[in-house]
Amino acid sequence: MDIRGEMAGTSTAGIDIGSRSIELVVMRGDEVVHAAKAPTTFDPVGQCRALLGDVCAARVVATGYGRKLFVEAFDKQPALGRVTDITEIQAYALGASHLFPQARTILDIGGQDSKVITLSPQGRVLRFEMNDRCAAGTGKFLEIMALSLQVPLEDFGAFAMSGDTRIPINSMCTVFAESEATSLMARGEKAQNIALGIHLAIMQRIHSMLRRAGQDGPLVFAGGVARNPCAVELLRELTGAQCLVPQDPDLAGALGACLLARKLLENDND
Amino acid sequence: MTEAAKAPTLAKFASPVDRFHLELEPLKEAGVKLAGIYCVFAPVELVRAAGAVSVGLCGKKQGPIPDAERVLPANLCPLIKSSYGYAATGTCPYFNATDFILAETTCDGKKKMFELMDRIKPVHMMRLPTDKSPEAQALWLAEMRRLAAFLAQHTGKAVTDEALRREIALQNRIRRALLDVAAFMSEARPPISSLDLMGICESRTFVLDQEAYLNDLLALGRELEELRAKGSSPYKAGAPRILVTGTPVGRGSEKVLRLLEDAGAVVVVLENCTGLKGVVGLVDENAEPMEALAKRYLDTPCSCMSPNTGRFTLIDDLTRQYRPTGVVDLVWQACHTYSVESFDLGRHVTDDLGLPFLKIETDYTESDVEQLRTRIEAFLELQAL
Repeated sequence: MDIRGEMAGTSTAGIDIGSRSIELVVMRGDEVVHAAKAPTTFDPVGQCRALLGDVCAARVVATGYGRKLFVEAFDKQPALGRVTDITEIQAYALGASHLFPQARTILDIGGQDSKVITLSPQGRVLRFEMNDRCAAGTGKFLEIMALSLQVPLEDFGAFAMSGDTRIPINSMCTVFAESEATSLMARGEKAQNIALGIHLAIMQRIHSMLRRAGQDGPLVFAGGVARNPCAVELLRELTGAQCLVPQDPDLAGALGACLLARKLLENDND
Repeated sequence: MTEAAKAPTLAKFASPVDRFHLELEPLKEAGVKLAGIYCVFAPVELVRAAGAVSVGLCGKKQGPIPDAERVLPANLCPLIKSSYGYAATGTCPYFNATDFILAETTCDGKKKMFELMDRIKPVHMMRLPTDKSPEAQALWLAEMRRLAAFLAQHTGKAVTDEALRREIALQNRIRRALLDVAAFMSEARPPISSLDLMGICESRTFVLDQEAYLNDLLALGRELEELRAKGSSPYKAGAPRILVTGTPVGRGSEKVLRLLEDAGAVVVVLENCTGLKGVVGLVDENAEPMEALAKRYLDTPCSCMSPNTGRFTLIDDLTRQYRPTGVVDLVWQACHTYSVESFDLGRHVTDDLGLPFLKIETDYTESDVEQLRTRIEAFLELQAL
């Protein structure tokens, strides 16, 4: 795969610098030629540099919390052409509706926040809802709970699905929910059931956010938490909607950013 | 925002504390009493007609909140906590200089906080009704008279109709002048920045010499007219235009305004009570002055009123005049009345006015700035596409 040198003129890149991970998508024309992912760590600029390696692109669009930082650090670098930024709302809308043109609602649960975006039949953003400042209803919540139950994060969904009883977890504050889980453990409750209760708590909260945003039609579930099978299953159950999960749900934002970069490049060349 | 020529008179509104101290000294020497006020329901005409003067008080910065939380619950609106914190720590120069505080029963949090504040400085509480029924109007008029008696007790000067009419006329002139200055924001490229305008509105309660304040406004209006004619503006053409409504905002708690303007929007009008809510609506100068005053203040479209249809009417009027492309409803954390009212307002703005609407619930801290930036930029992207 050659993503350097003479091909840079037709290449575009999208990068999504989230609170937990950074995703990169490179396209040549209409084709995705490269995708990569790295943890954000305490040095997002260094991680971006490592992730980019020797990628060359004529246009780059950054999204996610680190988007401004990325523009500052990488704009006007010879290998990258012009770098601009876009919010995650637009990036996920573009990415998800490219993957699923029939999508009317997009749910993105990331590491630090979750959002619901409703789209017009033409794929235009109609409105969006975002969780407030705390970690409730985000990937961070699941991560902390997985840690407290000593289950690897990537197995947490399957672990929860092996639970046999649904225990209500009432606290949605991450700190309080952790102590609630601790009290359940102290009462001898099965870890699988506690895990299931935790998934149920987060997805019920997400469900009310979807209702607030006026969820309608096919629902795309993207962002890192969409890799969790228990979260997907509960979302289907709670909404009763058709849930579409991309092959790489955490790449949807970077893909959307890359699609915008391609559009901007076309405008440049017009 | 770009660098543009500024109206010279703006400098007069830049450091209200210094101006306050200069104006206060001769008044104190003459034995004039100083009333501290927090809210647009405080009838300054009445205070001045009784021979006293009034000053707005601090309550818009995060600084004293940790101290306030030693007494008040953390889960309370930051405006109440900040106001109390300044009073309790003696760090508000205005509060320190006052002889007494005027308070109103606008919300439960304030009402109970004022009971605590009364231990620091005498608080006179006005019982504000929550509707405009004949009974409510009678109560509010009685409260005006009770305030007049309280003031007379402190100043030794009874309120006369003549003095009240004079002060009503002055405040009406100030309201008209302030509305004229604010009206420059209806331009496609306004000759003044919205943060400067916020400072001017906010200064209204900090300036003791109200005639001087009026003259400054009139001078500023003339300067802005010249800048407008020259096409001078800190804003680019075609920027999204935002009407901000909800809870009060001032120097120290303007983070949402800054985020909006950093993202390329123009905050064309503040509908809230540090903006135009406390300015619109004149006192009827042809009616019995005390009754006219009571009526005008009870008409304030605050969310503590039930119902509060006046707010929707005001937003409709301001939308016609300032032509916003979006509405932001800023609600301070734990302000229940504004928070609940936001639901109906959102529907009204999207369905009846056809404008995008964003509710932001936050406090005075900077902890959520990056999350707010994303929401605000996404909100503006909706208007650009």
